[in-house]
Amino acid sequence: MNKFVSGLGAAWLAALVAAAPASAQDLELAITAPAGAGGGWDSAARSLQEVMMATGNAKSVQVINVPGAGGTVGLAQFVQGADGKSDQLLVGGITMVGAIITNDAPYDLTNVTPIARLTGDPLVVAVPASSPYQTMADLVAGIQKDVEHTIWAGGSAGGADHILAALVTQAAGVDPAKVNYVAYSGGGESLAAMLGGQVTAGVSGYGEWQGQIRSGDLRALAISYPEPIEGIAAQPLKAQGYDIELVNWRGVFAGPNVSDDAKAKLEEAVAKTVASPEWKELINARGWSDYYAPSAEFTDFIASETDRVGSILKSIGLAD
Amino acid sequence: MDSILYLLGGFATALEPMNLTFAAIGVMLGTAVGVLPGIGPALTVALLLPITFKLDPGGSLIMFAGIYYGGMYGGSTTAILLNTPGESASVVTALEGNQMAKRGRGGPALATAAIGSFVAALIATAGLAFFAPILVKLAVKFGPWDYFGLMLIAFITVSATFGSSPLRGLTSLGIGLWLGLVGIDQLTGQTRLAFGVPNLMDGIEVTTLAVGLFALGEALFVVSRHAFSDDAPMAIKGSIWMSREDWSRSWRPWLRGTAVGFPIGALPAGGAEIPTFLSYTMERKLAKRPEEFGHGAIEGVAGPEAANNASAAGTLVPLLTLGLPTSATAAVMLAGFQQYNLQPGPLLFVQHPALVWGLVASLFIANVMLLVLNLPMVGLWVKLLKIPLPWLYGGILVFASMGTIAANPSVVELLMLVGFGFLGFVMRRYDYPVAPAVVGLILGPMADSQLRRALQMSLGDPMILLQHPGSATMIGIAVLALIAPFLFKGLSRFRQDED
Repeated sequence: MNKFVSGLGAAWLAALVAAAPASAQDLELAITAPAGAGGGWDSAARSLQEVMMATGNAKSVQVINVPGAGGTVGLAQFVQGADGKSDQLLVGGITMVGAIITNDAPYDLTNVTPIARLTGDPLVVAVPASSPYQTMADLVAGIQKDVEHTIWAGGSAGGADHILAALVTQAAGVDPAKVNYVAYSGGGESLAAMLGGQVTAGVSGYGEWQGQIRSGDLRALAISYPEPIEGIAAQPLKAQGYDIELVNWRGVFAGPNVSDDAKAKLEEAVAKTVASPEWKELINARGWSDYYAPSAEFTDFIASETDRVGSILKSIGLAD
Repeated sequence: MDSILYLLGGFATALEPMNLTFAAIGVMLGTAVGVLPGIGPALTVALLLPITFKLDPGGSLIMFAGIYYGGMYGGSTTAILLNTPGESASVVTALEGNQMAKRGRGGPALATAAIGSFVAALIATAGLAFFAPILVKLAVKFGPWDYFGLMLIAFITVSATFGSSPLRGLTSLGIGLWLGLVGIDQLTGQTRLAFGVPNLMDGIEVTTLAVGLFALGEALFVVSRHAFSDDAPMAIKGSIWMSREDWSRSWRPWLRGTAVGFPIGALPAGGAEIPTFLSYTMERKLAKRPEEFGHGAIEGVAGPEAANNASAAGTLVPLLTLGLPTSATAAVMLAGFQQYNLQPGPLLFVQHPALVWGLVASLFIANVMLLVLNLPMVGLWVKLLKIPLPWLYGGILVFASMGTIAANPSVVELLMLVGFGFLGFVMRRYDYPVAPAVVGLILGPMADSQLRRALQMSLGDPMILLQHPGSATMIGIAVLALIAPFLFKGLSRFRQDED
């Protein structure tokens, strides 16, 4: 009965806006990228824009950049501005989960409506070519011997790279609070520290260091993906006997208090976009991996990631 | 020798009519966004990415490079004419450039900036073509301790050079360093001095401070003096072109600026700001008439502008050879490479030589186009200065606020701009130089993280700064630069006593 009534209501609403038939093709979206132009979230937002329009799953898509504080500035603005709106999306990912915790941000991901998880990239644990460490086991032995002199390079403090370095240290049986992690502002600068031999080991998105791994300037010891990936010689940490998996995932969210109807429409538009050959082609070109999960699964996933990231950040002393 | 063959092949690629068109579009777009406040080259390239997806990789990358160079150049125009630096790299240009414009020499200032940029970019692009693979090997050896040493030199020389006394310079620098502490600390991810204001979490925007201190502070100062002076529009004195003397005073600064800008730009964390500061200081020290500095010395425009553009070419070294973007625009260009499935890095030169050398060749062509496009515009631009003063400064206020709002649409940002405007007014009124404050804000956070990285790697032992020859030398130079003026002063007093 209830369903019938709400169905009727929806039909009535649809009749009310009869001028615009309620199909996904008519979506006029604004996607907030909570980062400056050029970063991972910005390119995810712009890729979504491109493919949604090319496949006709949205009529027009606009990308808005709101940089700052690991995405939490964009998140706060989105929570306030997109309340109940059916035409607003936000891109986010694991780094935002960490930043919310370390910055003590006023809003978190429970304030927004998860629509879909989109991509998930493996992180790589690597050493400079000149390093004596040949395998993951060598590195772990090095950590056990002298954790302070095992200097790690990677992206921003509290981000996915930092978390992986802490997890590896923990798996070596050493207190993760002791990890000597030098934070750089992204995969680029940390790469220079690796090539300059100033650090022992480093963590980054695999794609960012791919060129140096192929040319032999860096030696990849392991990837953080749960399964082996075609075209990547380095094996998962799990396959090498370390119970660690960490994926640098990205997803899209709608604003708070979005109606079920509008949510369903957005979910459908994103699902269709992600299933298109254009999307497959684009993520291949960008070196991303498909990690799609629909809204319900994504919501549970975020809850478990928040717990996991929170506890590891506590153990390294970046959160209380 | 292979390099030369490839470069010739590159010219053949870049001179194809289609690619020439792309270069022309890029240069024009770049100059336009450089002049307009708020829209930087990074955003422009990002906006164009989806459109260029359908084009061939060569053409669109050539266009992006044109935007990059054009933006670098366009930013200096507003700095000179309106004292409104559009980006942090043109802050130094505003110092002498705007003084020249006020003295009716806006034309030569714009011309020396244009030709200096051209010369610098030409030499630096040649450097990119021939030395990129060697340079990058040296650049990655530059450790956090070396960066810290470099920044120490910049701090000391800048605060000793600007202003009427080192103490005033250091005070202004201190304000900048303090402002630089605001925001999320890079090494721990913790927030400092933001007081819960989300807009402060990412730190204080350099352009907001620069525009506030320079443009707003200046406008307020002029208004406060208004009652005591007649407001005749700034007349254009003499030719709008460079005189023989201007040429002979400009060419050495161009070359020196290039020599400073290119290698520092090629460093993975070098950036465009340090070389412009260093070049300014150097020109001031070497000038035959140092007393002209602060009152419109052409060397102070020629050197930093050359350094700025040379460093722009320099940032392409780590981008092409390591896949390492060192500026926002370079990061977007990297995304551009990736959408064609090209991975910049050690293998790019080997796997796609035609594309790389096509890009290098089109940089040369973009340069020529920039010069052809901009020199005739000089006459048009300087007409801006004929606007009566109240109108001009009113316009600057509108322009500055619009630019700030466009870059960062928030009330807090606008309030900060006004606050910095008043700060700038007070500093001018009491004769404190404003430039060191901007330097402090730009370099302070960098020096902070580099020093702490160095200490983290040495497990807290400060001797690491002296153990590396590079950093030890640079710290030595900085210390000398700090004490030398006092020593000389003391020595001359000592001699006077003897007489």
